[in-house]
Amino acid sequence: MAQVVFTANLQRHLVCPVQTAPGNTVRGVLDHVFAAQPRLRSYILDDQGRVRKHVAIYVNADRITDNVGLSDLVGDQDEVFVAQALSGG
Amino acid sequence: MSERLLIGTRKGLFDLRRDHDTWTVAGASFLGDPISMLLADPRDGTLYAAQALGHFGVKLQRSRDNGATWQECPAPAFPAGEADAPSVSYLFCLETAGADKPGWIWCGTIPGGLFLSKDHGETWSLNDALWRLPERKEWMGGGFDDSGVASICVDPRRSDAIVIGVSTGGVWLTDDAGASWRPSGGGMHAEYMPPQRRYDTTAQDVHRLVQCSAAPDTFWVQHHNGVFRSTDRARSWQEVTAIRPAKFGFAVAVHPNDPDTAWFVPGVKDECRIPVDAKLVVARTRDGGRSFDVLTEGLPQANAYDLVYRHALDVDASGTRVSMGSTTGHLWLSEDSGDHWALIAGHLPPITCVRFC
Repeated sequence: MAQVVFTANLQRHLVCPVQTAPGNTVRGVLDHVFAAQPRLRSYILDDQGRVRKHVAIYVNADRITDNVGLSDLVGDQDEVFVAQALSGG
Repeated sequence: MSERLLIGTRKGLFDLRRDHDTWTVAGASFLGDPISMLLADPRDGTLYAAQALGHFGVKLQRSRDNGATWQECPAPAFPAGEADAPSVSYLFCLETAGADKPGWIWCGTIPGGLFLSKDHGETWSLNDALWRLPERKEWMGGGFDDSGVASICVDPRRSDAIVIGVSTGGVWLTDDAGASWRPSGGGMHAEYMPPQRRYDTTAQDVHRLVQCSAAPDTFWVQHHNGVFRSTDRARSWQEVTAIRPAKFGFAVAVHPNDPDTAWFVPGVKDECRIPVDAKLVVARTRDGGRSFDVLTEGLPQANAYDLVYRHALDVDASGTRVSMGSTTGHLWLSEDSGDHWALIAGHLPPITCVRFC
């Protein structure tokens, strides 16, 4: 199962520890995470299930290429890292 | 009179209380997080705070213990698979749905949707009739990327009768709790439109729409290019040209018991958006817009570059206490309907929303 890690900045809003989840794609992995923690979904994805504009998802060192379908492949030994894009304020 | 003010800012919610004639910041919540709208439900005491998190989207927080603790509840969201794939980017306004509908809350959003919760914000449904209006395709963003439902006025006589203001998209009415909508009558004009479209009811940039509680047929609008008033429940609008020192602004508040009394905070149009001559003033009419007092006592009259956003001016239920907060984080309050103002907080983050409760 892939390991899923969330930016520390997200922890300020809700509990989302490092965890493992099954799935062959980013969508599949995250759907398992969201099933256990439904509130997390709206922090990562927008109303239509796309990655939020200011959130970035990586598989290991590579930023995913499909922010709409989240079809990027994930292997058992991979790490899915959910980061926030940097912005001012 | 109200003894409490809730202030939504770019960096959190601030709770001000009046104690022995002094207003103080009694508490702060959500520090660091932008607050777009606040609602104190007088029917059951529930507080709602809408957030616009920069990275993680819109959120809705609810408190049932007067603000001591908050719980996140689901925010309004467009159904998955909706044409054009919309996603709520901002919770623009929150209003109670009427005394006869406890727990019902209306929410206006950017993009310009209207949502209803019948269970204190636990679940939300998109108002399909408004969203599917053919004219909605003509709505435009006004300072934001998309149009927004910025004002919701529920008639105190009959809660199924609702009037909303859209920026940019005009004024819309329903008499059946949102099952059907019709545009308001004419009278507004938009100087920024092509000449053939200037009086188009769906092209009007209604920065803020307010309704007099005691005389609900009277509405006031601070429009992008002027002030308008209706005394026939939005069937027609008359421009109020006596406003000074400028007709541009965002905020308007109407006296709850006197439909002829309203307050505005004029600024320099269009994208400039600063006080005229760098002097912050409030314009008040007491005669239905025939004349205005320009109120300056206690307000900065030099080097003031404050802008008061559309939801950052409020009057309490007595019509005597008026408060406004600005983009520079200054918060003023008047105890005498605007004749004299006092700065009650001077170093808050930029203020988006001011609500007496």
